Amino acid sequence: MKINDVILQTATKLVLFVIILFSIHLFFAGHYYPGGGFIGGLMTAAAIVLLLLAFDLKTVAKILPFDFKKVTAIGLLFAVGTGAGALLFDAPFLTHAFTDAYLPLLGKTSLHTAVLFDIGVYLVVIGVTLTIIQTIGESE
Amino acid sequence: MTNLILLPILVPLLAGIILIFFTKNIHLQRWLSGISSLATVVVSAFVLLKVRQDGIQTLALSSWEAPFGITLVSDMLSALLVFMASIISFACLIYSFRSIGEQRERFYYYSIFQFLLVGVNGAFTTGDIFNLFVFFEVMLMSSYVLLVLGGTKIQLRESIKYILVNIISSALFVVAVGYLYSIVGTLNMAHISQRVSEINQPGIITVIAVLFLIVFGLKGAIFPLFFWLPGSYNAPPAPVMAIFGALLTKVGIYSIMRTFTLLFPHDTGYTHQILSVMAILTIITGAIGAIAYWDIKKIIIYNIIVAVGVIAFGISVMSYDSLAGSVFYLIHDMNIKAALFLLVGIMIKITGTSNLRKISGLIAHYPGLGWTYFLAALTVAGIPPLSGFIGKVILVRSGFEEGHYWGAAIVLMSSLLVLFSVMKIFINGFWGEPKDYPEGKKVPVNQLMIAPVLLVIFAIFYGLGIEAVQPYISQAAETLSNPDIYINAVLKE
Repeated sequence: MKINDVILQTATKLVLFVIILFSIHLFFAGHYYPGGGFIGGLMTAAAIVLLLLAFDLKTVAKILPFDFKKVTAIGLLFAVGTGAGALLFDAPFLTHAFTDAYLPLLGKTSLHTAVLFDIGVYLVVIGVTLTIIQTIGESE
Repeated sequence: MTNLILLPILVPLLAGIILIFFTKNIHLQRWLSGISSLATVVVSAFVLLKVRQDGIQTLALSSWEAPFGITLVSDMLSALLVFMASIISFACLIYSFRSIGEQRERFYYYSIFQFLLVGVNGAFTTGDIFNLFVFFEVMLMSSYVLLVLGGTKIQLRESIKYILVNIISSALFVVAVGYLYSIVGTLNMAHISQRVSEINQPGIITVIAVLFLIVFGLKGAIFPLFFWLPGSYNAPPAPVMAIFGALLTKVGIYSIMRTFTLLFPHDTGYTHQILSVMAILTIITGAIGAIAYWDIKKIIIYNIIVAVGVIAFGISVMSYDSLAGSVFYLIHDMNIKAALFLLVGIMIKITGTSNLRKISGLIAHYPGLGWTYFLAALTVAGIPPLSGFIGKVILVRSGFEEGHYWGAAIVLMSSLLVLFSVMKIFINGFWGEPKDYPEGKKVPVNQLMIAPVLLVIFAIFYGLGIEAVQPYISQAAETLSNPDIYINAVLKE
C-alpha cells in the first residue's frame, strides 16, 4: 500500500522557509545576541533533514546537488583562510579587522571579518551533519 | 615574520583541507601531501633555528596578549619535537605511497594524515591548557580514522577499544582542566604556573596533578594505564602503526613533561614519587612483554612501552641532567621506533606473516633490509656510537646521582632485555635457512626501504653528532628545569 503523505509534504514546503529564515537570522545575530555559526548551521541542516523526511534521498540530492564533503572543505577554507589572511598583514594568526560602512538599503552596517570565519563554521556544520545523515541513510 | 611558529601547524592544515577536493586523483594527492610534508619539515627547521638563536618564541593569536588569548609557545623542547614529528611524518608518508594501497588512498587517507600532523604539532606548540585538549582531540580523531580506515575485522574491533579508552581519558582531561580552572582561574599555562606557585601548591593542586598524570598516562601508555596499546597498535597497516608508535604516545609524554615541570613542580615529594614508581613498573612490564612475544609487531609495540617508562623515569628524577637525558631519549626514540615499525612492515610484506617462528633466512635475499634492521636494533638498545646511548647514559648517571638507585638500575637492565627482544627478531628472522614465502622469491622492497634508511641514517648522525646536538638539548632542559624562563617569555614581565 502506498502511503499518501501529501499533508506532510505540503507542510514541509511551507515550514522549510521559516526554519531556514530563522537559521539565517540566528547566524547573523551571533555577534550581539545568542546565536552564531554553529547553531545557525545546525538549524539549516535540520531544515534539510526535514526535507529528507518528507521526500527521499534522491529527490533532495536533485534539489541540492552539492557534495557535502566539499561543502565541509569549503567551510574549513573560509575559516582557515580568514585566520591566514592576517598573515598577509604580518599580524598574528586569526587577528580580525572590522569597519563601519554605509551600504545601500542596510544603512550603517558594521562589517567584521569574524563573519567570514563564522560562514566557515556554518558551512562545516551543514556539511558534516548532512554527510553523516546521507551516508547512514544510503548504506544498506 | 611574526607567525613563524604557527607555520608547522598551518601548512599541514591547509594541505589537509585542499586534499579533500582531490580524493579521486591519487597522483595529485601524493604530490600535494609530499610537498606539504616537505614544506612542514623546512618551516619547522626554521623554527628550530630561530628558537636556538633568539630563545623562546611566543605568538599571541588574534593579537590578544598573554593570559587572555591563546598563546602559542615554542621553546626548545617544542621546536625539537615539532621538527622530529615533521621528519617522521614525511618518512611515513613516502612509505605510504608504496604500501598503503589505492583503496585507502581514495578515502581521504592523505587528508587525515595531514590532520594528524596538525594535532601533533599543535599539541607540542600550544601554551594554553584547553587548547592542548583541543589539539589532543584533533590528533585523536585523526588517529581514530587512520586506525579504522580499511575496515578489516581486527581494525574494527581494536578501534572500538581505542576510541572508548580515549573518550574516557578525554573526559577526564576536561574534568581536570575544569578543576584547575576553578582554583587558579586561568588557562594559560604560564599564568597557571605563576598562580600555583603563589598559592604554593596546596593539597587540591596535588590531587589535580595526579588527575593529569592519569589522563596523560592513559594517552602515553604508562603502567597501569597502557592496557589498550598492544591491541590497538597491532591493527593498522605499517605506516600508520609507525606514525602512531612514534608520535601519539610521545605527545602524552610531552604533556607529562610540560605539566610536571611547568605547572606542578612545587611539591615533588608526592607526585614525582608516584611518577617514578609508575615509570619503573612501566619499564618492567614493557620489557616482560617484549621478551614474551613471538610476534614481531608485538615485540616492537612493547618496546614503545619500555621507552615511555624510561622517559617518564627521567621526568620523575627532576634534575637538570635527567631532564636533558629524557629529551635526548625522547627524540631518539621517536625516530628509531618509526624506523623499526617501517622495517617490520617490510618484513611482514615479504613474508605475509608477523609470526616470528614462520620467518627465517631473510638476509639471504634481502641483505639491505637485514643490515638496516641490525643497525636499528643496536640503536634502540643503546650501543655506544649510536643514538640510544647518550640519552640513557645521562639518565642513568643522574638517577644514581639523585639517589634513585633502583630506577637507574632497572633502566640499565631494561637495555639488555630490549636488546634481547630486538635481536631475537634479527637472529630468528634473518639468519637460518631461507624459506619460501607466499609472495614469491623476491618482493621488490627498494622503494619501501627509502624511508627507514633515511630514519636510520638520521639516527646514526644523531648519535655521532652529539656535540652538535648538545646545545639544543641543554637549552631545552634549561627551560624545563627552570620554569621562570618560560613564564617570563610568555607573560613578558
